[in-house]
Amino acid sequence: MPVSILKQRHYLIASVQSALTDTEVLELRDALLAELAKHRSRGIIIDVAALDVIDSFVSRSLTTVARTGTLRGARTVIVGIQPEVAVAMSHFGLGLEAVDTALDLEAGIELLDR
Amino acid sequence: MEEQDGRAGPAVAQGPDIDAELLRELVAHLRHHRTRLREEWARRITDAQLLSVMTAGEIFSEVTAVYDNYVDALETGSIEALEAYARSLSERIIPRGVETHEVLGVVLLLRDVLARSLFEKYVEDSDLLNRVLDAYEPAANRIAVTVGVSFVQERERVIRQQQLAIRELSTPVLKVREQLLILPIIGALDTARARQLTEQLLRGIRDNRAKVVVIDITGVPAIDVEVANHLVQAVRASRLMGAHVIISGLSAEIAQTLVNLRVDLSMMQSVGDLQGGIEEGERQLSYAVTRIDGVGAEGEG
Repeated sequence: MPVSILKQRHYLIASVQSALTDTEVLELRDALLAELAKHRSRGIIIDVAALDVIDSFVSRSLTTVARTGTLRGARTVIVGIQPEVAVAMSHFGLGLEAVDTALDLEAGIELLDR
Repeated sequence: MEEQDGRAGPAVAQGPDIDAELLRELVAHLRHHRTRLREEWARRITDAQLLSVMTAGEIFSEVTAVYDNYVDALETGSIEALEAYARSLSERIIPRGVETHEVLGVVLLLRDVLARSLFEKYVEDSDLLNRVLDAYEPAANRIAVTVGVSFVQERERVIRQQQLAIRELSTPVLKVREQLLILPIIGALDTARARQLTEQLLRGIRDNRAKVVVIDITGVPAIDVEVANHLVQAVRASRLMGAHVIISGLSAEIAQTLVNLRVDLSMMQSVGDLQGGIEEGERQLSYAVTRIDGVGAEGEG
């Protein structure tokens, strides 16, 4: 799986290195939720800076992770969406409304710290 | 139907049938009376109060050049030189505010002046006069059209160029505080501009690491559905990059339009004016603005 999940203090950081297949997206989702249970983390940051495309399937999966995380007491932040990706996503109505977003990893940690 | 087709044939074929000899004679006549006809033309331009932004000297020198080009075009039947001259002339006079009706009026005046001199010359022989006019009129009309079209084309080129320049200048992204940007929009928004605006906005957010952006549309006179949707998309895209957008300066008309068009504005935060937008942005970023003399403190946060 081209995603490594790191534990940093109370947070989990998943940084996506390359484009994900649908199976890998589901694996990431399950792995994150498993880690969350194990470490009792308070926040999840998913860094998608390496992705050129975020389609409806990926954004729905991210939303699921965020919703599930919230129910278990962890806030999810998506960071690193590129300008072109943001334009394309908003054009297709993929606003990730249920999820917090931040510019990059640093801004994401800052957001969780507040 | 068939009858008309049959008639159209010979009528067109008459074109090259113009009396070449007569045309030569005509050109010689116009060359011979160059000074008098030129002056007559310039005088009638002034009388008709055309080209009022130009001085008499300027009018006369342009008149001379156009006259010579005009006669050359009559003689050779080739309008390229005249076209080129008309274009460079347009380039010079458009910035000075010469209008289309003036240019057309001037060209038609020349046609009248020349036609009248032909009437005078051939007044004895109406048959010959008719043949001379047959040779003169199509060429003269073609020249008039050429000059008019050159002028309009040049004007359109200038307009296109200016539109491009305005577009490039028109959407600055300004940083007012750390993490707080403002994006004042002045003038009509169309789809192309809205798209460009989104790009600049997102680039500004990334380059300045902005958290809050105030888009001020006080200077936007009207908005249609498409542009409204573009704005909503820009707001949504900004959020994906971690920036919150505040829209300020919605006029009553635009607000009503948006409501009537049922544009989904649930994710847009809107405040009355630019000052309010900046204050709200400062509040969200936990800035406190106070006057140093302690009077009328604005921010309590």
